Amino acid sequence: MASVRVRGPLRQLAGGRSDHQLSGATVVELLRELERAHPAVDGWILDERGLIRRHINVFVNGERGGEATAVDPDDRIEVLPAISGG
Amino acid sequence: MTELILGTKKGLFVLEGEPGGEFAVKARAFAGEPVEYAMRHPRSGRMFASVTSPFYGPKIWYADDPAGEWSQADGVALPEGGDAALERIWLIVAGEEENRLYAGGDPGVLFESADGGASWELNRALWEHPTRGSWEPGGGGLCLHSIAPWPDDPERLALAISAAGVWLTEDRGGSWRQGNDGLLARYAPDEAPEDSSALCVHHLERAPRQPERMFMQFHGGVYRSDDGGESWADIGAGLPSDFGFPLMVDPADPDSAYVIPLKADTDRVTPEGQVRVYETRDAGATWSERGDGLPQHDAYLTVLRLAFDRAGEGSDLELYFGTTSGEVFASGDAGASWASAASRLPPVYSLAAAD
Repeated sequence: MASVRVRGPLRQLAGGRSDHQLSGATVVELLRELERAHPAVDGWILDERGLIRRHINVFVNGERGGEATAVDPDDRIEVLPAISGG
Repeated sequence: MTELILGTKKGLFVLEGEPGGEFAVKARAFAGEPVEYAMRHPRSGRMFASVTSPFYGPKIWYADDPAGEWSQADGVALPEGGDAALERIWLIVAGEEENRLYAGGDPGVLFESADGGASWELNRALWEHPTRGSWEPGGGGLCLHSIAPWPDDPERLALAISAAGVWLTEDRGGSWRQGNDGLLARYAPDEAPEDSSALCVHHLERAPRQPERMFMQFHGGVYRSDDGGESWADIGAGLPSDFGFPLMVDPADPDSAYVIPLKADTDRVTPEGQVRVYETRDAGATWSERGDGLPQHDAYLTVLRLAFDRAGEGSDLELYFGTTSGEVFASGDAGASWASAASRLPPVYSLAAAD
């Protein structure tokens, strides 16, 4: 199973844990699995269209990923709010 | 003591005070996050806030004590798997029934709660209205920003959407029809069809003691309806500008309305550097300036559509408005005189006064 790490308010919503071992072939499948395990996360990372919210970044093994990015069972996925500023 | 609940660019502020004096900050919540709207339910006392985190999307939160723990309301989302996402909740309004509330949002959506605001459901009839494909968003999005219940009749409701006009129901939201007769979109090209739904309503208020009467601030024009929102007559003559966003009524007087004109759609500040509220007490036949105590020199302020509210009525009418420059002004005598109530706050998106 892939490892998904969440932080900040997402950690609280996901049962108070940062690291989650989840099954799925793509990023969106993993995030849906996280929602099923922790319904409070629903709507916080993915919007109603199934898209990752605009200011949230998902990295797969350190590389920026998208909804359809393929994942392997030993991959590490980080979900991070965007660092924005000016 | 009057409580003011402010939604701001940097969180929710609860102020307390008396008109004529400075209001004190009694509570703050959602620090740093944009709170588009916040209010206290007049019957339950529960407080609501709509918050659109730039990271995590729009949510409705509720709490009995604003300084305590807030809970996220369920169901505030569009149907999954479609091609639209909820952008923002613009306002929350108490319905006529005990536990019913309404919330309006972008893209032109209405949510209803039957359990006091803990859970919400999308109004499907409006969401699936056959004309929806032709609705055009205004500059602020396709925002459902005004909800006017009909006192003592939960079957009837009026909504306003920018820029999709006025919508009316007489069957609890089971079906909707437009109520736009008489509205003139001066901003539209001459060749635009007359039945265009691109009608940019800015704010709508009902006169509660004469509910078939409504007042509207339009995108160029102030209007009155005497038939429950079916048709509208322009009453903007006599104002320095008929452009603006906020509008309020005195519940005790169906002939009353207050507006805060802005110079024009291309210059959305108070005209001539003077902050003035205008009042009618004859249903729009004439307007009187109400600016005593408000800044009259070099004051180029913007007041957003939901940043103007009242407490009390009649001889006890209090009026309050907040500005995008972080100031709050108060009148304890129905607009005759004004004083600063707070300043140096973040930009004020909404202001709700608790009766």
